[in-house]
Amino acid sequence: MDAARLNEIVGRYPAREGKILGILEQVQREFGYLPKNILKDLATRLEVPLSELYSLATFYSFFTLAPLGEHVVTVCMGTACHVKGAPELVDTLKRLLNVEVDEATKDGKFLLTTEDNHFTITSARCFGACSMAPVLRVDNKIFGYVTPNRIPAILKRFGWEERDHQAT
Amino acid sequence: MGLATCGIAAGGDRVYTALEAAIRERGLDVRLAKVGCIGYCREEPLVNIQIPGKPLVILHRVTEEDTAAILDAVADGDVPREKALCQIDTWDPLVGDPLTFGIGFKDIPRYEEIPYFAPQKKIVLRDAGLTNPEDIEEYIAVGGYRALHKALTQMTPEAVIDEVIASGLRGRGGAGFPTGMKWNFTKKEKSLQKYIICNADEGDPGAYMNRNEMESDPHMILEGMLIGAYAIGAREGIIYVRSEYPLAIERLTKAMDEARAHGLLGKDIFGSGFSFELTLAEGAGAFVCGEETALIASIEGKTGRPRPRPPFPAQKGLWGMPTNINNVETWTNIPVIIQKGGGWFAGIGAEKNSGTKVYSLVGEVDRVGLVEVPLGTPIQTLVYDIGNGGIDGREIKAVQTGGPSGGCIPASLFDTPMDYEHLTAVGSIMGSGGVVVMDETTSMVDTARFFIGFTNEESCGKCVPCREGLKHMLMILDKILSGKATQSDLDLLKELSGIIKKTSLCGLGQTAPNPVLTTLKYFKNEYDAYLKGAK
Repeated sequence: MDAARLNEIVGRYPAREGKILGILEQVQREFGYLPKNILKDLATRLEVPLSELYSLATFYSFFTLAPLGEHVVTVCMGTACHVKGAPELVDTLKRLLNVEVDEATKDGKFLLTTEDNHFTITSARCFGACSMAPVLRVDNKIFGYVTPNRIPAILKRFGWEERDHQAT
Repeated sequence: MGLATCGIAAGGDRVYTALEAAIRERGLDVRLAKVGCIGYCREEPLVNIQIPGKPLVILHRVTEEDTAAILDAVADGDVPREKALCQIDTWDPLVGDPLTFGIGFKDIPRYEEIPYFAPQKKIVLRDAGLTNPEDIEEYIAVGGYRALHKALTQMTPEAVIDEVIASGLRGRGGAGFPTGMKWNFTKKEKSLQKYIICNADEGDPGAYMNRNEMESDPHMILEGMLIGAYAIGAREGIIYVRSEYPLAIERLTKAMDEARAHGLLGKDIFGSGFSFELTLAEGAGAFVCGEETALIASIEGKTGRPRPRPPFPAQKGLWGMPTNINNVETWTNIPVIIQKGGGWFAGIGAEKNSGTKVYSLVGEVDRVGLVEVPLGTPIQTLVYDIGNGGIDGREIKAVQTGGPSGGCIPASLFDTPMDYEHLTAVGSIMGSGGVVVMDETTSMVDTARFFIGFTNEESCGKCVPCREGLKHMLMILDKILSGKATQSDLDLLKELSGIIKKTSLCGLGQTAPNPVLTTLKYFKNEYDAYLKGAK
């Protein structure tokens, strides 16, 4: 990232309220993660220790320290979605995209990227779209009333090809 | 066109684009506008048709294919009857003059006749789904900012607080603390700088009232905050919104810009000498940030970990200055209280529970959506009269209220009035207003595990009972679900729950065991069925 771009982002936050998190959120949105060199640069600009930025990046679920795939599939894990079958959606996604949850992350949060970096699947607490539960989001597009059978069609809209990824 | 997040996801954006193109193509004298959401989520996408002199007609389950039929009818001064949900001939925006649309369309049911709407009383959501949230002129047209004008030009700050105290309004974020009293705490502090904050970090899974309040009527929040700031003596305010709500952020930002351009934010508002500035801060995904001290830490750019109180935010809040925090829905109630009077507001609802509450009625219930009813309305009115019971006639077993801090209330207690005290008495809480319905297919043990999994994940890790205790509760619940547990595990689970409740630092830990305690109390048989040797 060039310095001008980072200057522009930092410049968007004249007030100190919400400044640091706001800047990190913008970086996360533009890059899909928080690159280490940018965090180092920001630490200098904002005059905060790098360890503090690391602490924020790992405390808040919005941030990731590793790059995400081209498309991010986020399954809502809210109560209504859970009651209406969100766990089955996660299972289906894992199967279709051929990614596995390792032992250490099998509880709660997960962040899984396919080998070709095309998709990342993850979970969110609640999108507040509970009326159409279960809900998942691909990038910025929300899909409601999702069933496992509908997932292949949704993924295809984002460039997924059945034969390439199908696990047997 | 109803275009809040769910309306858009249900296909409303495609209908909007199709209507826009068709209107242009046909050269029709039709104005296409965006409105917020009226709350009948199951029937989305919704389109309101307003023909001069005729009632406002709400069309439901509209798709792109309906575009031609809609415009054919509108060109003839009519509406497509087969798509009509209901009609509204007059509407009272409470703070402004009643709107009279017109009469006609005898065969279309009236709004009041629709079972979903009939028991509802719209105060907070009175404009939602009827006005354009991205146009300040529409808000002003339905009486918006009149209450602010009244407060600034005719009332002293003390009189404003007295009115809020008289209204009996209690905090809608969950705890139900009297709002006027809370304002007084910050007002009484001597300080050159004071802050007010709108808590829009709606974190309870299964709750989305605040999202709709922000997306459908952002100016009502701004007006409430302006009045509060005047009463308290604050010159700066912050709206703390969770980043999961991009549309709410967009509309609030637009509303703030428009208010500034109209002189409603900034210096010397209405020539009264009162000045106020508002900033928007985004949360970054941490449930615990709904807690006041954690929220303040987050705005200051720190990790959102609660600290012990006192000192309360009213004494030492943001940047160490006196700070008053209220929930989105609390702020939205302020303009109507100032305009109509505290006595008027106190006449709605139940004893010590005045006003209405917006609930998100979701889960295994037939008619899902956002519902606004007077406080004290029994659960059964929500679930059966408004929600029409279970899906496909399935039997409803329980409702879960209050999010992860709440509990599960069995169907046998559905005559319980939904107010702060009665919900607490049955082991749950009001919370922010999430009502998740569970039917015979839902396992209550699995539900309890879901919530403990959630709070365990969201625990900030600062205090031991919450950090370690919830982890162990989760392990016991997993043991139960795998069929390896015995009665002593259930006893331990209960004991641990009590300890976590009593010894945790903040509200997250103090309430986290509630889903387990209530399911143990009301659905013990489901736990027993999992015990070793039960089969």
